Formats: sequence, C-alpha cells, structure tokens
Amino acid sequence: MTNEHAIEAFGLVKRYGEKAALGGVDIVVPTGTVTAVLGPNGAGKTTAVRILSTLSVPTEGTATVAGFDVTTHPTEVRRRIGLAAQDATVDPLLTGHENLVMIGELHQLPRKQAKARATELLDQFALSDASSKVASAFSGGMRRRLDLAATLVARPQVLFLDEPTTGLDPRARNDLWEVLETLLGEGVTILLTTQYLEEADRLADDILVVDHGKVIAQGDARSLKRQVGGDNIGVTISDSSRLDDVVEILRRVTGADPIVDRPARTATAPTTGGVAGLAAVANALAEADQEVEDLSLRQPTLDEVFLTLTGLPLDGDDDPEPTPRTPEEVTR
Amino acid sequence: MTAPTTSETALVIDAAPRSDADLHPPRGVLHDTWVIARRGLVHMKRQPEQLSDATIQPIMFVVMFAYVFGGAIAVPGSQNASAQRYREFLMGGIIAQTIVFTAFGVALSIANDRKNQAVDRFRSLPIARGAVLGGHAVANIIKALLPIVLMSITGYIVGWRIRGSIVDTIGAYGLMIGFSFAMIWVGVLLGSLVATPEGVTGIAFAALFPITFVASTFVPLSKLPEPLRTFAAWNPTTTLSDGLRELFGNPNTPVKPGDPWSVAHPVAYTWIWVIGVVAVCAPLAVRAYQRSIAS
Repeated sequence: MTNEHAIEAFGLVKRYGEKAALGGVDIVVPTGTVTAVLGPNGAGKTTAVRILSTLSVPTEGTATVAGFDVTTHPTEVRRRIGLAAQDATVDPLLTGHENLVMIGELHQLPRKQAKARATELLDQFALSDASSKVASAFSGGMRRRLDLAATLVARPQVLFLDEPTTGLDPRARNDLWEVLETLLGEGVTILLTTQYLEEADRLADDILVVDHGKVIAQGDARSLKRQVGGDNIGVTISDSSRLDDVVEILRRVTGADPIVDRPARTATAPTTGGVAGLAAVANALAEADQEVEDLSLRQPTLDEVFLTLTGLPLDGDDDPEPTPRTPEEVTR
Repeated sequence: MTAPTTSETALVIDAAPRSDADLHPPRGVLHDTWVIARRGLVHMKRQPEQLSDATIQPIMFVVMFAYVFGGAIAVPGSQNASAQRYREFLMGGIIAQTIVFTAFGVALSIANDRKNQAVDRFRSLPIARGAVLGGHAVANIIKALLPIVLMSITGYIVGWRIRGSIVDTIGAYGLMIGFSFAMIWVGVLLGSLVATPEGVTGIAFAALFPITFVASTFVPLSKLPEPLRTFAAWNPTTTLSDGLRELFGNPNTPVKPGDPWSVAHPVAYTWIWVIGVVAVCAPLAVRAYQRSIAS
C-alpha cells in the first residue's frame, strides 16, 4: 500500500431532510495510525463512520479510503476495510466459528482458508471455548470481541470501530483495550469513535473532538488537555467546616479558582504543574493540619473538555442509553 | 500460537493488513448467494418454531386433514364421501398452501435482518450485487421444498399416489418452484415495506389465511357458497391446487361448461399469475429493498 493517508475526507456533509448530521467535516488519517473521533451522542460520529465505510452516501464532500473513492468505488473500499458497528452485528443464531467463517467467505476467502482463519482468530481472541456456542449466548464483552475478530478476518488495511466499548463494564472495557492495543503495532489504520477521553487518550495518535456535526478541536491528547488547562487536583476532607481553608490553599498553590462541592466536602482546581503541583498542595495541607480523606490528580473529564471548548456542558454523558439529539440517532 | 487465557498472557493477534496485490479475487454472485443461503438454513435449524413449521407442522396437517375431514368431505366425481379420495385430493391443496406461505418466510427473514442490523454488516462486505436477496430466495425455496418432500412421504403413507405421467409430474414440480419463486418477490416487497418482524407476522396472517382458505385448498370449489366461490375461482391458490391435482392425476372438481377460464385451465392460469407477479413485484421489491437498507 502506497497511500500516504489511508483516510482522506474533505467537506463531508450529511443532511437528513432539513437537519444536518454532519456540517462539513475534514478527516485525514495517515496510514498506520489511529485517530479517535471523540464526542457525545448525536455529534455525528456514527454518520462519519457510515460514510467512510460506504454504508451511507454523503450529501456533499468527498472521501477516499485505502486509495478509493467511497461513493464511486464502494466495492474496492469494502475489500480493504473492516467495520465494527456500534451495536455488535454478529449473527445471534450462528456460532462464533460460523460467524467468522461466513464473514471470511463473504470477504471472498476460499472456504478452507476462511475456516482456518476463523479458528486462528477465536484462539487469539480467547474465544476458543465459545467457538461452537451461538452468539446470542455470549456476554456483551465476548460479543464485542467476536465482532472485532470478524472485522479482522480478511486482514483489512483500514479498521472502523464505532464506540467499541460503549455499554461494557469496566473490566470488559479494559480487556478490549488490551486487545485493541495489540493491533496498534500491526500496521492497520484505525478510525475509532468514542465518548471517553480516557479511551481516545489510551489508543489514539490523533483526536478529533466533534459536536453538532463539526470538528471543534483536533490534536493529540496532550495538546487537547493543554487547551482545557491540564489536570485537576481534587481534595476531599473529613471536616466540612474547614473546607474554606482548603479552597484558600488550592487557590494559593494553583493560582486558579477552585470549584467547591460542599455536600461532598470536595474542592477541585485545575493545575498545569502535574505531580509537582500535587506535592505542593499535599505539603500545604499537611502544614495546615487538614484531615484529608482523598487527594487526587486526575485528567479532565470529557465533560470538562466540552465545557472548555464549547462553553456548554455536555448533556447526557451519564446516560448509558443514547439520547437522540440529531436525526442520526433517530434514523439508525 | 498459544491461546491467551488470562489477561496476564501477552495477547498475540495476527492482523497484518493484506496488501492490494494479495486481495482475494471476487468469487462471483453464485458463491456469495450460497454463503448467505446457508446462513438462512442454519437460522431455520436453530429456531424451534421455524423448524417445526417446516417439519412437524406439514406432517400434522396432512394427517389431521386426511383423518379429521377425510370422511366428511365428498370429492366430486364419486357418489359417496370416500376418505381415500379426499386424501388424494388434499395433497395438491396442502402443497399449494405451503408454497403461498413462502412469502411469509422471506418477509420475516428480511425484516429480521434489518432488526439485527445484519444488513449493515453485509453492506460493508465486498459481496456481489444481488447476493443478499438471492441468498434469502434460495434459502426460502429450500425451506419450502423440505416440507413438500416430507408431506409427499406422509401423503404416500396415508394413501396419496402420483397417477400422472412423468412429464406431468415434472410439470407439477416445475409449477411449485415457479410459484415459490413468485412468492419470494411478494415476500421481499412485504419485508421491505413493513419495518418489523411483528408487523410482517400480522400482515401475513391477515392476508395469507383468507387467500389460502377461500380456495379449493381443503374443500372442492363446488362446496363453497357465493360470493366466496367467485373469489375462490379466480384465486391463484385454487388454480395452483387444482393444477397440481390435474398434473398428479388426483381427484379434482370436474370442469363444467360455463366455469370460469381459470378453473377450466388451472395450470395455464397459474403460470400467468407466476409471470405477472414476477414482472410486477420483482422490480418493485428490489426498489423497496434498496430503499429500506439505504440511509
């Protein structure tokens, strides 16, 4: 493969009637790298993936994947991509092995090769035991792993993962991250969508933050965090009457206005100082003889990223069910 | 390669991308159609209610109708109600009913695919044009033929015989396949227009039961009161049933002067329906299907 960019999309617009699910998006992904599209429900993430994976035709704009135009040469694109849709689309009535063999055969592998590849992938995804079990009996995490294995059957050049870990419990999510991390060194180009900054941070070389069908920020995790003011230091104390002293300490050390949560006896302030900042706060608290229940340095949440980038709080981030905001969600 | 069983074991996933030079060449629409058809057959095997529809139910129908109604319904051409004559009469009708219901099976599998998002998975794969619909068609023709074979065997046990010539017998099976083919397009159209499997079931039962019962399926046309008789005379289920009886050389309602053309020429009339339904429904169905999967 000689293309410098495995994905090149310019000015992608998708309108459903009056409403625009995508309002002019550029996506360029260098071959062999991972790009995350980060945003809340209804931001247009799925619409972008559907266009790039040939499932949906853009209203305006052009896109090239693995060297072929998605609207004029969809079959050539399909031969070179793997797609894991948001709701794992494994066939619930087929076994793990049958699912992978069918996908392999539809990727035009000879039956023998498709069977061998299916066995190999089930083994590598730790699904051998479930090989002859129907997919409807799988756990959520197993179904996602099978779905991911299915996308790899034909050794794609470009992989699309639409919210690969949404709806998984933390343990299954971590397992899947480990699986995805092993793929990073293989030379596959990956475009993944996610609602979790942590996920984008852990897996992606480049992050596109989208909201309401537009890219509102782009960069690697570090530069995005700089835009939102680095990490947060959080202090929780046991005696709520002394919270004002803690606020004073935080303001003095970080130079920023802390956010106070009185019922939780917690004060939080952004810092650019990293561990040194944390140490300074810890020393100041010790000198003031504060009884500290919890002291933490943590990444900003997606909510805080959004608050900084858009000035608006991110809605529905605690809601595990998709909250329809644009026709993208309605028509799916 | 060893199987990683715990998260401590280093995962090894072989996913090196395939270069353009190593891509597998397309294997053609017949290959892809058969892969998707095989999936439809596995679905039937794994769904107890579908499996029973295709195996136990047709056997039960033959036995039930043959013994419950056998003595009660006189088939014209004989003076008394003979159970043996009714059983021979019954087979053409019961086969016709099974074939008409092919439309329901197709519609259901298409609606289920949309519900399970299998459509998106297929559309992201380099599948030959038409193979997904083709796969549904082939799987459902096989699903229709399996009960016909079982019913033929059951029918033989209860006394049904093929008494026609070899040419007529081939003509009978040709008519069955032709009619199943036409019903597939009705099913694709229905499955594409109705969004859910539940909706398909509702419409199919509201439409298919009158069509298969107000006909000479289980009772001779002469036993039906007007105006049902006129409807039944032009109902292709009647002419398919009677056409099969004629070709198999089984007892049938004798044609009288003044009978509608459809009743006098059941085989020709049924083939006209087959061609008409395919000519009208197939283009509409393909368009409706394309629209239902596009976004």
